[in-house]
Amino acid sequence: MEKDANRSTETHPRWVMVVDLDRCTGCQACVVACHAENNLQIVEEQESAYGRWAHWIIVQRYWEGEYPNVKARFMPVMCQQCGEAPCEPVCPVFATYHNQEGLNAQIYNRCIGTRFCASACPYKVRVYNWFDPVFPEPLSEQLNPDVTVRTRGIIEKCTFCIQRILRTEIEAKTEGRKPVDGEIQPACVQTCPPGALVFGDLNDPDSQASQLARSHRSFRLLPELGTDPGVIYLKGGETNV
Amino acid sequence: MSELASNRPEEANQGTEYEERLLLAEREDWEINQAVLQPMMQTGPGFWILVAVLGAIVAWGLYAWGYLIYWGMGSAGINRPVYWGLFITTFVFWVGISHAGTMISAVLRLLKVDWRRPITRGAEAMTAFALMMAGLYPLIHLGRVWKFYWMIPYPNNRFMWPNFQSPLMWDMVAIFTYLIGSTLYLYLALIPDMAMARDNTTHWRYKLYRVLALGWRGTEAEWHKLHRALGIFSIVIIPIFLSVHSIVSWDFAVTIQPRWHSTIFAPYFVIGAVYSGLAALASILVVVRRGMRLQEFLRGEHFDALGKLVLVAGMAWTYFWFAGFIVEWYGNEPVVRELIHEEVAGNLAPFFYLQMGANLIPLVLLVFKRIRTTPALLLVTTLLVNVGMYTERALIVAGSLQRNDLPFNWGTYRPTWVEISIVAMTFAGFALLYTLFSRIIPFVPVWEIKEGRLRYTVRRIGRLLVPTAAEIE
Repeated sequence: MEKDANRSTETHPRWVMVVDLDRCTGCQACVVACHAENNLQIVEEQESAYGRWAHWIIVQRYWEGEYPNVKARFMPVMCQQCGEAPCEPVCPVFATYHNQEGLNAQIYNRCIGTRFCASACPYKVRVYNWFDPVFPEPLSEQLNPDVTVRTRGIIEKCTFCIQRILRTEIEAKTEGRKPVDGEIQPACVQTCPPGALVFGDLNDPDSQASQLARSHRSFRLLPELGTDPGVIYLKGGETNV
Repeated sequence: MSELASNRPEEANQGTEYEERLLLAEREDWEINQAVLQPMMQTGPGFWILVAVLGAIVAWGLYAWGYLIYWGMGSAGINRPVYWGLFITTFVFWVGISHAGTMISAVLRLLKVDWRRPITRGAEAMTAFALMMAGLYPLIHLGRVWKFYWMIPYPNNRFMWPNFQSPLMWDMVAIFTYLIGSTLYLYLALIPDMAMARDNTTHWRYKLYRVLALGWRGTEAEWHKLHRALGIFSIVIIPIFLSVHSIVSWDFAVTIQPRWHSTIFAPYFVIGAVYSGLAALASILVVVRRGMRLQEFLRGEHFDALGKLVLVAGMAWTYFWFAGFIVEWYGNEPVVRELIHEEVAGNLAPFFYLQMGANLIPLVLLVFKRIRTTPALLLVTTLLVNVGMYTERALIVAGSLQRNDLPFNWGTYRPTWVEISIVAMTFAGFALLYTLFSRIIPFVPVWEIKEGRLRYTVRRIGRLLVPTAAEIE
């Protein structure tokens, strides 16, 4: 990856998210924040149960142990912003591509809805618009003007709130500086009550995310697939902190 | 004429093999012309009822497609994680069916196999129509079908090429190439027969055939060029036909979805395509033979040979299936293990055993010559093959997607009326095109039959009548 000049290099940030599984309580606040920030449609209960829920981040719940010693384990999974993304080469119209900051960007207007990227994604985090979006009152009054509302028949997914990243970067640039660590906060990071989510630049060795990524607890999801994910998990359940 | 044709098969079944080949030798050229042209002209009420029924199914399917476009892809049964369902299954099925046409006419033409003669046109037409049906599915399954042209490379306001890294682009290129190639191939071999039809018909048919015959007169130079062109086409189209289904398989195999990510997929898909395509050809020939009273041309020996080919393709398919399955089973990777468990003993088990039964039982049946040469039995057997092959594709596409690396994302899939209607539309559409085709185009390649007849003569040696074969090709 380092050899490829278009990908993250020393001159560009590589945006990553650190998810501390010890801190996650499974409260779903990140999901709600994401819905509000990114104009995600509200899918009715029956459709959701049939696998058509439209969340860019979903708190996966796994049960551990046998009754009565059962533990619920929560794992928030959003687009892993892979460095070697399986979804990118398969798109026939370049609707999904890799930007210089390590983000796996999705261009809604280019998407024609082949769902090839979604089939190729091992994390199944890509969200398809099965129908035209519905926003029940009063949610229809609070759409975020910075984010487009997507039509039926296209794929969308977590962008790490690219609108927030770009806004902060532009503001910093006008002031002649670089964004400081922690200045950019995606909606889920901003909302997370226990502070389980940390966003930052992996190429900056001093950033909080970068430091956490070097923790002995850190792991990536499905590392055996070689996708080089941009989401770093901190193993839970062992440290008892 | 028609009475004459209908009482032929009994004679054909009684004779020995070389006598069957010589059956047409007693007939004059004009008699053969008439025997082919007559059923095209005579369309009874049964024909129009068939056309009406098929047309109604197509119309209903078009309504379902409109519904799908208007309301969104959610009116189909696909979901997360089964993003691809019956549409892609049926796409793979139709591309598979299209393969036998080339298999028969190009490969057998190159090998100078004699029994191919009466069935090449039916096979080539099957290729062209099946590809047309297959070509609909990449459009149908698009979320925004009105933007389909963004996949076509042309100078545009987006200043972009399509992504040639994407297997879908390879797919589109391969299918268009194959469609154009196979249509040209069908048409080339049609020209002398168009001229024959032109010389034997009147009114609108005459006008149509006059245009389609391209002024064919049957001179030595024309025949020479036709044979040359067919020879070149036969060779060129074989790599295309191999590549098309390989590329279709790579739609799946290049992803890292468990059970799709397999190197054997390309040859496995190609051989599966040949298996289902040859079986479909046998089914179609049995039906058309009865519907158009072509018993004189399509005889036991042809079904016998075709049945043997189906048998060989089926055994090869079984070998490839097993070679893929045993490695995945032995590898015992968690998700693959889960998928195999679902197939062998889980929710997918009915489909798995339907697939295995419908694909393997015909192999046992086709061993018997009686089954290969009895049209009704052959029809049942070959239909069974295609039931099995369709189920196999459904298991690969919609079955494999139900399990993936994160158990939270596992799911199920139930097709809706929209998907089933659209799938029915393409089956009816194929049958409709084929039915109409058989009334407009001579279904049996008359010139090839006459050519084959020239190869065989009967010589008298002393008191003995001996058939002889000449090298004329």
